[in-house]
Amino acid sequence: MPTFDPSTASAAEIAGAVRNGNVLAIDVVEAALAAIRMHDPVLNAFTAVTTERAQATAAALDGRRARGGELGPLAGVPFAVKNLFDVAGLPTLAGSKINREHPPAVRDATLIERLEAAGAVLVGALNMGEYAYDFTGENVHDGPSRNPHDKSRMTGGSSGGSASAVGGRLVPLSLGSDTNGSIRVPSSLCGIFGLKPTYGRLSRARTFPFVASLDHLGPFARSVGDLALAYDAMQGHDPDDPVCVERPIEPVLPRLDDGIEELRIAVAGGYFRKGAAPEALLAVERVAAALKVEREIEIPEAARARAAAYVITATEGAALHLDRLRTRAGDFDPAVRDRLIAGAMVPATLVNKAQKFRRWYRERMLELFTQVDVILAPATPCCAPLIGQQTFVLDGVELPVRANLGIYTQPISFIGLPVVAVPVPLKPLPIGVQIIAAPWREELALKVARSLERAGIVAAPAPAQ
Amino acid sequence: MGTQGDPFDAFIDAAAHALELPLDPAWRPAVKANLLVTLRQAALVSEFALPDDAEPAPVFQA
Repeated sequence: MPTFDPSTASAAEIAGAVRNGNVLAIDVVEAALAAIRMHDPVLNAFTAVTTERAQATAAALDGRRARGGELGPLAGVPFAVKNLFDVAGLPTLAGSKINREHPPAVRDATLIERLEAAGAVLVGALNMGEYAYDFTGENVHDGPSRNPHDKSRMTGGSSGGSASAVGGRLVPLSLGSDTNGSIRVPSSLCGIFGLKPTYGRLSRARTFPFVASLDHLGPFARSVGDLALAYDAMQGHDPDDPVCVERPIEPVLPRLDDGIEELRIAVAGGYFRKGAAPEALLAVERVAAALKVEREIEIPEAARARAAAYVITATEGAALHLDRLRTRAGDFDPAVRDRLIAGAMVPATLVNKAQKFRRWYRERMLELFTQVDVILAPATPCCAPLIGQQTFVLDGVELPVRANLGIYTQPISFIGLPVVAVPVPLKPLPIGVQIIAAPWREELALKVARSLERAGIVAAPAPAQ
Repeated sequence: MGTQGDPFDAFIDAAAHALELPLDPAWRPAVKANLLVTLRQAALVSEFALPDDAEPAPVFQA
């Protein structure tokens, strides 16, 4: 019986082969575990490998098939999750030292349950920036996750391990969180696809929060089809997350190859060109040219939207961690601690103004979406910086890397818009483009991404050897 | 504003005291730098005129 190599097979191919009996789920999972053993000592994507659990889950799938049972659409697909997801039996680290003392979680996060209900097999938990307040993928407690295309470079963060594990071909699918860009930034730097759905679309139940009014969860994959496959399996209301909406499940996969000729697509100008390195602009140009897009639009007050997101993040994050800052300040990553302490000191009047601006901005963006269906923008201002690099120059100004890798993602997640980050395989390093749609129109962004993938414009490049 | 020291240093000390936050003197420069960045961002938002009846984004539902 041939064994699939998860380093090359897509999630859809794996699931098809397992469902048809062409490969055993246990063989797929053992191959993934072997890839993790071989490559993770360098990539540092994983903080826990759930070997026994994965073997037991895979064996149960194989047993069900042997008894004539039906397997789900993700049968035998190995996946891993950012370590802010509850995994039964593990403490939920959220990238911190402090949470290591927490008791093990007693139940998996909802999205893990839904992926496993569809046949996927959890193989571990993934490295991340402390408490998700990070765009670099560096972690002082666990070490940095490393970029699979150049091990001396950042993955981006905060879902750094999630991007490294998929880009490095350890697993075909992972989950992460995105508050200000933490799915889209590492997708861009690691050259993979990432989906940040509409705020409230996917359940966040039993995950460690950061900024409740901005937190989203979503998948990473090496193809658009795999993103859609995972997304469809995870949709649906969940009473355990008060933000998760009561909308019917809207499957994308069956419509993924529908035409996009009727879509009105535009490139975001102004703020989204300012500060971008040539490679970021080149990536957007390639995508726009492939889609025959010449129209440029201005997202109103994007700089202020980013500023308001910055303020809300600093203050809501500080509120979340205030007690820990009082009692365990010395156990934080200093870079995170100092930002959170500062956030605790910001007057509430300024936060309230940011929340009022947020509604104004949302209304302007909804007006914009009466004129266009999809907006294109860079995902990051540049390709992956070096690990440890503190500053970079954007538009002639030297700025801290940690706070500024997300300048193009923050104005978008600020009002919860759905985005697919697509990788443009430039040399020597890939870089991502955001495909942005109106709220609840994930399928439009995914269809545009699929069209670009079929045209060969976007693709997840093979990692460096 | 007096002539003794930076008022932001005094603000940080007072805020840390009010919030019962321990503040190692070695952390102060980074805390201050972060606070100033955040206040600059907040000022960018605050200077944008909105009507008195503008509602904040989160709306409580009873």
